[in-house]
Amino acid sequence: MSTYSLSDGLASGAPRLSRTPVLASWLRESGVGVLASIAWMAFGLSCLWWEDLGDWSRTHSLGIAAFIVAAIALFGTVGADYLGSAGKALRQRAPWLVALGAFLTLWEVATAKFAWLPLPFFPPPQSIIEVYTDDLPKLLDSVFASVKLQLGGYLIGATVGFLTGVSIGWSRAVGYWVHPVLRFIGPLPATAWLPIAFFTFPSSWSASTFLIALATGFPVTVLTWSGVASVSNAYYDVARTLGAKPSFLVLKVAIPAALPHVFVGLFMGLGSSFAVLVVAEMIGVKAGLGWYLQWAQGWAAYANMYAALIVMSLLCSGAITLLFSIRDRLLVWQKGTVKW
Amino acid sequence: MVAATALAEITTPPAAGAALDIEQVSHAFDIDGVELPVLSDVSLSVEPGEFVALLGPSGCGKSTLLRLVAGLDKPGAGSLREDEVRIRRPHPSRVVVFQDPTLFPWRTVWDNVALGLEAQGILKSQRHRVDDALDLVGLSDFCTAYPHQLSGGMAQRVALARALVNDPKILILDEPLGKLDSLTRITMQAELVSLWQRKGFTTLLVTHDAEEALVLANRVIVFSDRPARVKADIRVDRPYPRHRGDPYLADLRRQILGLLGLDATW
Repeated sequence: MSTYSLSDGLASGAPRLSRTPVLASWLRESGVGVLASIAWMAFGLSCLWWEDLGDWSRTHSLGIAAFIVAAIALFGTVGADYLGSAGKALRQRAPWLVALGAFLTLWEVATAKFAWLPLPFFPPPQSIIEVYTDDLPKLLDSVFASVKLQLGGYLIGATVGFLTGVSIGWSRAVGYWVHPVLRFIGPLPATAWLPIAFFTFPSSWSASTFLIALATGFPVTVLTWSGVASVSNAYYDVARTLGAKPSFLVLKVAIPAALPHVFVGLFMGLGSSFAVLVVAEMIGVKAGLGWYLQWAQGWAAYANMYAALIVMSLLCSGAITLLFSIRDRLLVWQKGTVKW
Repeated sequence: MVAATALAEITTPPAAGAALDIEQVSHAFDIDGVELPVLSDVSLSVEPGEFVALLGPSGCGKSTLLRLVAGLDKPGAGSLREDEVRIRRPHPSRVVVFQDPTLFPWRTVWDNVALGLEAQGILKSQRHRVDDALDLVGLSDFCTAYPHQLSGGMAQRVALARALVNDPKILILDEPLGKLDSLTRITMQAELVSLWQRKGFTTLLVTHDAEEALVLANRVIVFSDRPARVKADIRVDRPYPRHRGDPYLADLRRQILGLLGLDATW
């Protein structure tokens, strides 16, 4: 019975399938790409069609660039089959290209052309491009300073936090002394230390490094500790009967078993350390993106602020992505046991 | 059958079993200040190479006795000796296979089996022993798999390989087949017997299954309810491989169940 109905369905379905015009399947695959192309052409047109209300030098180039993106979107998606993985990737991102093109068009029209949004506070896209081209050296210096400060503080905080977490998870004596201190100091927001840190440390750079390390260290410590403490005794029993010494139990049993927790701590620490970084740069350090933001605000250079903000978000999400890929590499054994 | 072909390639000579002497061991747990006796004056002497099954009602303290033999816990009173040497701490000559395979999920099958050699710091020169142990349990093809990719029976076989790679003198089995399905269980019982016959280690098996004890062991110790005392010491003088329907074994089984207070059902 079931086989009959199945083949019946196939028989009646086959001609219907072949009747679907090639156009439909083409539209399904490349339609979004065409839409994306249209959206970016609209953006290009919106740049070039009307006169700017202000004095911006990159409007023309931005319009041309928009048309180039439109062309890439069109040919890239239509000819995706000949472009291999790049074409496939482009097709996958086509809906986002549509949204981005539409958003930029709206932004362009609402700021540079008709000033629906009040002008100095809401700069048009071309003025942000202008910042990237004309103020690049200063911006790059700031990026470099921020990355250096963040990386140093984060690495110190993560290392110290990890070691502290393992030792209080492992040793009762260490836990007895460190746990109350951690309880007392840990929940304090690292930014609360700012005023004290800036006059007790020899330089604002070392003070900020300390604060970032503090903000990173607390969650890493707590999560590492809870990870080590929650390792099942059965693992230790197995290792001990196989002849494991205490060092083996720590390095080869406790730490690998706790690693998923450690990474949760590392992610939390990364988030809170970003906050400390920006505040520290705004208040004490005379370099970095936070300082750049502050400086731009002082000069009412709103385009520079948005430009710096975009760079900052790229850096932060880049750091998170990097941490994710490290985790994926180290915790590959978790794949299939938990949802990623 | 897998085991038989693999065994031909084993290069290390079979480790002879050790004698085990348990003398007047008593043990108690302290639960919220209340003393709960689990072992009461247990004495037992196991010959080298014997296969002894410890049978008793659930929760009677059999597993506690195994932990004492393994050296994971210290007895409250009495002493345990392996080849006349007092047991004070765990040693790879006495390896435990637990009811749960407790494989390390972050290690591949190969690395799990290598655990003992790695812990003793001799893995570098003895890598072939890991391959041999995996061959022995028929899982060479799975050496790069992670534990979560294995079935329950396969995971338990890896746990067995992880124990055997150390060439133990005493193999301690804490209901290792308890959670397996009945088919896998029967297969693994046969594998256990053939491994024990070829390698010659002393085996201590805790089980709550009278049939399993009779098919595998050449001596069955029946324990009383908690606190556990030795109630009967039964010799099973039948050649291997044993047949489950053997009337001699059926008769012994009836006796044992009677000792465990289940005569009404038989």
